[in-house]
Amino acid sequence: MSVPLSHVLIVASLMFAMGLGCVVAWRANVIMMLIGIEIMLNAVMLTFVGGSAHWGIADGQLFALMLMALTSAEVSLALAMVVYLHRRKQTVNTDNFDSMKG
Amino acid sequence: MEATLFYILAAVLLIGILLAITARQAVRSIVYLVTSFFALALMFYLLGAPLIAAFEVIIYAGAIMVLFLFVIMMLELESPEKLAKPHFKNWLPALLLAGAVVGALVVLLCSRLQAVPPGFTEIPVRQFAFALFKQYGVAVEVVSMQLLFALVGALYLGRRR
Repeated sequence: MSVPLSHVLIVASLMFAMGLGCVVAWRANVIMMLIGIEIMLNAVMLTFVGGSAHWGIADGQLFALMLMALTSAEVSLALAMVVYLHRRKQTVNTDNFDSMKG
Repeated sequence: MEATLFYILAAVLLIGILLAITARQAVRSIVYLVTSFFALALMFYLLGAPLIAAFEVIIYAGAIMVLFLFVIMMLELESPEKLAKPHFKNWLPALLLAGAVVGALVVLLCSRLQAVPPGFTEIPVRQFAFALFKQYGVAVEVVSMQLLFALVGALYLGRRR
């Protein structure tokens, strides 16, 4: 395939910028913040795979695989925490969770 | 031909993500995100990573996004009219940060990097597997421990009391 590496990096950085914007703009909603984090992690994966294909070494793809395992662990914990928070106060709005216990 | 396909997929990916982050309901956002992750998986395939493409479809679009959908539907969030859409006040810092990233990109592109010859080499699955289990065997063990910890943590958080 004859696409320069810089175009892959442009797509990845635009994707990262949109994920960052999602996290910052939807900071009142926990679920949308998690979605923004997913988008950013996928942009990083695209960068790894592009670099791996450019230099012909498998390490970038390995890191993409590790990132996938990390993300599944992170999402399962974060969604369990969302369920726990929703059980406590019946909402996912972060502004309502402004006090610490004890 | 493949390059054209790559640019079409990139357009689908970016438009899907843009619609996902501006959607009013979380469920719609998830569906747009699944679409763009399918496009991303095809891009991985074009970049010579068939195994990562398969995992992207199976784990990301198949498992993680379904987990999101499951939690959203289980929580019975309040009706979408009451779900506050961010005001312009909230979008302003987001646009500022995204603009900083894009501006850095434009500056980088204007500064004429040395021309890298285009072209990608495909990495066979055999090479990938050798690197994974010979060179990074310890990392596989660490990741399995991490998944176990996540499982225990999710069970602890989700138990009824």
